[in-house]
Amino acid sequence: MTDLITLQGVNKYYGDYHALRQIDLKIRQGEFFSLLGPSGCGKTTLLRTIAGFEETSSGSLHIDGRDMRGVSANHRPTNMVFQSYAIFPHLSVGENVAFGLRKDPRGKAEKARAVERALEMVGLGGYGGRRAHALSGGQRQRVALARALILEPKVLLLDEPLSALDKKMREQMQVELMRLQRQVGITFILVTHDQEEALVMSDRIAVMFEGEIGQLDDPETLYRRPNSKRVASFIGLMNFLRGRVTEVGAQIEVEVAGLGRCAVPAEQAPAGAAPGDMSIGIRPETLAILFEGETTDRRVVRGMVDEVVYYGDMTYYDVRIEGVEKPLTISMKNLIGRPVLDVGTATRVAWDERSLVLLAG
Amino acid sequence: MSLRIYAIAYLIFLYAPIVLLPIFAFNDGSIIAFPLQGFTTQWFGELATTAALHEAVGNSLTIAVVSALLATCLGMCAARAGTMAEFPGKRGITGFIMLPLVLPEIIVAVSLLVVVVRVMGLSLGNWTIILAHTLICTPFCIAILNGAFQNLDRSMEEAAMDLGQSRWGAFRLVTLPLVAPGIVSSLLISFTISLDEFIIAFFLSGNSPTMPVYIWGLLRFPDKLPVVMALGTILVALSILLLTLAEIMRRRGLARAGLKDTGGFL
Repeated sequence: MTDLITLQGVNKYYGDYHALRQIDLKIRQGEFFSLLGPSGCGKTTLLRTIAGFEETSSGSLHIDGRDMRGVSANHRPTNMVFQSYAIFPHLSVGENVAFGLRKDPRGKAEKARAVERALEMVGLGGYGGRRAHALSGGQRQRVALARALILEPKVLLLDEPLSALDKKMREQMQVELMRLQRQVGITFILVTHDQEEALVMSDRIAVMFEGEIGQLDDPETLYRRPNSKRVASFIGLMNFLRGRVTEVGAQIEVEVAGLGRCAVPAEQAPAGAAPGDMSIGIRPETLAILFEGETTDRRVVRGMVDEVVYYGDMTYYDVRIEGVEKPLTISMKNLIGRPVLDVGTATRVAWDERSLVLLAG
Repeated sequence: MSLRIYAIAYLIFLYAPIVLLPIFAFNDGSIIAFPLQGFTTQWFGELATTAALHEAVGNSLTIAVVSALLATCLGMCAARAGTMAEFPGKRGITGFIMLPLVLPEIIVAVSLLVVVVRVMGLSLGNWTIILAHTLICTPFCIAILNGAFQNLDRSMEEAAMDLGQSRWGAFRLVTLPLVAPGIVSSLLISFTISLDEFIIAFFLSGNSPTMPVYIWGLLRFPDKLPVVMALGTILVALSILLLTLAEIMRRRGLARAGLKDTGGFL
């Protein structure tokens, strides 16, 4: 895949505030790319910089090989779906979608067909005559999509497009956006603070903190091998334990507080890990409670149930283990015949060194 | 209960004098006193045949229309800058341009008189009144248009630009239609303010008076009083009509944009 968007050394200041710090980023042709991070991390600023609503303070931005310096938003091959959708309330749905075609030399009938095609693509065929302000949130979102896509941009920018929708609607739109992206085949850049949304939809995710990109990877790598404690705690649930690297070789020997000595595969540690103190991350689903009569060939440690949270399909246990600072969170599927343990039950926890992640700091 | 009495007394105090206007405008007697003499429309007839009045009304209408247009244009620039842009000293500047709202008109009148006649050595005319009326109307326009612009989603203009429009195109095709009701409302209110403004017009009019100044002149002739009443009646009716229109436009604007009411003048 070729690179469509290239940012090199991009900085953005608002007065003294450093909103974007030395961003280097390549976004590929046809990928679903997400900018993920807590509010105020600069992800929206970065998106607006690509769209042309913000000037970079320094650094360069190329889209499709063209330098975007001095190119205003209306001349960039990008279109945007705004967080508020920004549907023009004084125009009908059809007029909204046709707005971008005003300077298009095509005839009226041809434009009308294009509008109808765009509306059908987002599942709003026949809605052209409706008043825009009478639409529901999900419908507005679709109009905003149709309005942006009708111009056949090289990049579609989505600024927290699903944050205003309820949970059910959001999940439905996630699937539709992915389908739409495959269908039109253009690059989508999504800004979101919802890590689950980013994991579900993206080919690659850039996790941002305080104006910097903390990690850029595909969802699975990001989840399995976060490169820092802040990425690990931002994405999914993670137990953190204290540990000490004793030897670095083909495998990494670690002394984990409360769990004991083990050897962790080298790819589970940051490059250049050296002996010394490190944080160890363990995902709740990689730990298991051993119920009565169950056996395992994995390593086992004894503990006591400290807290039980029942979710229906899953139960989350906090298990206190001697030598471990905070109780470990363990998620268990509620399979047939498996009881829900009470607080205070003595139990055994199975763990595996292959699921440990070594984290700097 | 006492609150209700207070409210009723308040309303009587506020509106009784105005109610007297139409009553005596249709009263068949040149003395303004009860009991009423009978119904007549002769005072309105007299209005129609007074040439000096027509000239005064002409002056007033010209001044009101021009100052309303000027004040609304200025108000629009200020409101847009005040709500959609960030710049240093914004608070101070906004406060400063709203100042004429509380500045006594007599001060505006006297200072302009001095500037125009003494400093610049120009003669008075409708244009001096237009200048002064623009000055006093602009803060009202800003107040009204601020509401219209504040309700506007900032991303609207950005969306229009994103869809290929220039800055001006985005303003013309999206912002302008959305604030149009506010503009109409601002035009109507500044028109009304200018139309019945007296102090400034009295100081700054040249040889040809505006309508309020003309009415004031009529008061010296007691037998003309019913004619003034008739004229007053027409003015009150017109003012109410215009203000109602302005409010309807403002509310329609809110409804069109699907927004909630954040308070206006009425």
